[in-house]
Amino acid sequence: MPGRAARILLGGLFGLFLLFLYGPTITIGILSFQGPDGGLTFPMNGASLHWFAQLFQPQAVGDLGAAMRRTLALAAMVTASTVVISLLAGMAFRRRFRGSGAVFYLTIASLIVPSILVSLGIGLLFNQMEWEPAWYSSAFGAQLTWTLPFGLLIMFAVFNRFDRSWEEAARDMGATPWQSFRHVVLPIIAPSVVGIALFGFTLSFDEFARTLLTAGSGNTLPLEILGMTTTVTTPVLYALGTVSTAVSFLVIGGAILGVRLLGRRRGAAPEARGSAPGTPPGG
Amino acid sequence: MPRLFPWLQTAPLLAVLLVFLVVPLAMLVVVSFYDYDSFSLIPDFVLTNYQEVFTSAVTWRTYLKTLWFAGLTWLVTLGLGFWLAYFLAFVVRSPAWRMVLFVLTTVPFWTSNLIRMIAWVPFLGRNGILNNGLLAVGAIDRPLEFLLFSDFAVILAFVHLYTLFMVVPIFNTMMRIDRRLLEAARDAGAGFWQALWCVILPLSKPGIGIGSIFVVVLVMGDFATVRLMSGGQSASVGLMISNQIGLMQYPAAAANAVVLLAMVLLLVSAMLRAIDIRKEL
Repeated sequence: MPGRAARILLGGLFGLFLLFLYGPTITIGILSFQGPDGGLTFPMNGASLHWFAQLFQPQAVGDLGAAMRRTLALAAMVTASTVVISLLAGMAFRRRFRGSGAVFYLTIASLIVPSILVSLGIGLLFNQMEWEPAWYSSAFGAQLTWTLPFGLLIMFAVFNRFDRSWEEAARDMGATPWQSFRHVVLPIIAPSVVGIALFGFTLSFDEFARTLLTAGSGNTLPLEILGMTTTVTTPVLYALGTVSTAVSFLVIGGAILGVRLLGRRRGAAPEARGSAPGTPPGG
Repeated sequence: MPRLFPWLQTAPLLAVLLVFLVVPLAMLVVVSFYDYDSFSLIPDFVLTNYQEVFTSAVTWRTYLKTLWFAGLTWLVTLGLGFWLAYFLAFVVRSPAWRMVLFVLTTVPFWTSNLIRMIAWVPFLGRNGILNNGLLAVGAIDRPLEFLLFSDFAVILAFVHLYTLFMVVPIFNTMMRIDRRLLEAARDAGAGFWQALWCVILPLSKPGIGIGSIFVVVLVMGDFATVRLMSGGQSASVGLMISNQIGLMQYPAAAANAVVLLAMVLLLVSAMLRAIDIRKEL
């Protein structure tokens, strides 16, 4: 074990890292309340909600309301599909079957291919097929190639630690496969399923590289932000950043709170080990 | 019937991956051989797009620059990520605190990468917080210009965005190291560095491998960070591709995409030789 001095040093490093991680985000949070004459940096020139009001004036920036609705709808679709598809595939992968290796490596490949290439490939495919790209078709698929590998990896992590004797007990008591899934497996893995949902939502809500060439005529919020970074030089950009961060925190916080309450109502919350919501890659 | 079950269960996954990954990538390869003019793609089989990639000095420099970004970011995130994970796994004793600190490092992942990049502007700019602070204490007498819109800013942003991808897998493998091994090492007379080098480091290798794959792949394919943080003064392959897309030079972009993909796959397969990910989940 490291000595006292080393422990303090490492603690200091960790503290500095947290500052490094949060400092900038907190700064733009503060700066988005800049007064109407304020600039992109300190000092604050008064405090106001001016830039938030600007956000909702169509002439200042694009139609942000529509972009926000589109982004949330897309994130909801991606989240639901990611949960269902990775849950199904995760169940299948509990046993080896012919072709399981190939599907596994294909899924990993999906994680490794750079986002912009997926975007370009799908864009070209739709272009050559003369299909109209749209957020609910091409962008939806493009995002799934990113969220599904994460979902599947989380399922792997869960089932590698899953105690099969619960299912055997259910079967011995005469449960059908569906009953044992519905009443035994699903309740045990529920927290991880919520984790997959949160992952899917976060990845989708913030994605821009994969939607760049696949969103068609209707921009999503991250694409609006990407466009604004080169054209907008007022704190309205910070206001948009703050709003986007707030929405994503509200949804995620709400989900975690919901699970907590649900778990409490059911009595003992089944905590599957190693599956805290929001546990990123490598689960 | 039950024998068909696994296939039915993986069918949706496979369908999505085929339609939105395999076919589009095949499309990229096909289009990389197409000819084009300023209005349209011309189906053909020409090698000019690849010739341009391999014979242009600018393109070579861009590829080297991308590798340089990836290498440097990898070194910094690995150095930082390893010690942060070490702190969480071995220095923090209380599980509750460990959980709180771990969650604190993952929370920023819930915010948009773009916003986290923009957030550096008021910090690093000419009249930014850092320059003003340094001026005020008299450390410098004129604003540092290299802070924003430079390679420094690009690397800083990469480290800011991707260190998490290193911390989480390394922390995950470290937590699974049997603590008795460390006691045994100490009983056998190993000091701190010896235990680190001979016990902890080898056993953390899988986590380091997974983290490295994430960081390298994310940096290699990036275009937005380089564009925003270098202010157009630096280039990466991803940015070059996105510029070519902007100019509607799809076959040229596709050729670069194919070369980039080959490079990424080579790098990843080299890293995968060191670890078996499937065992690590």
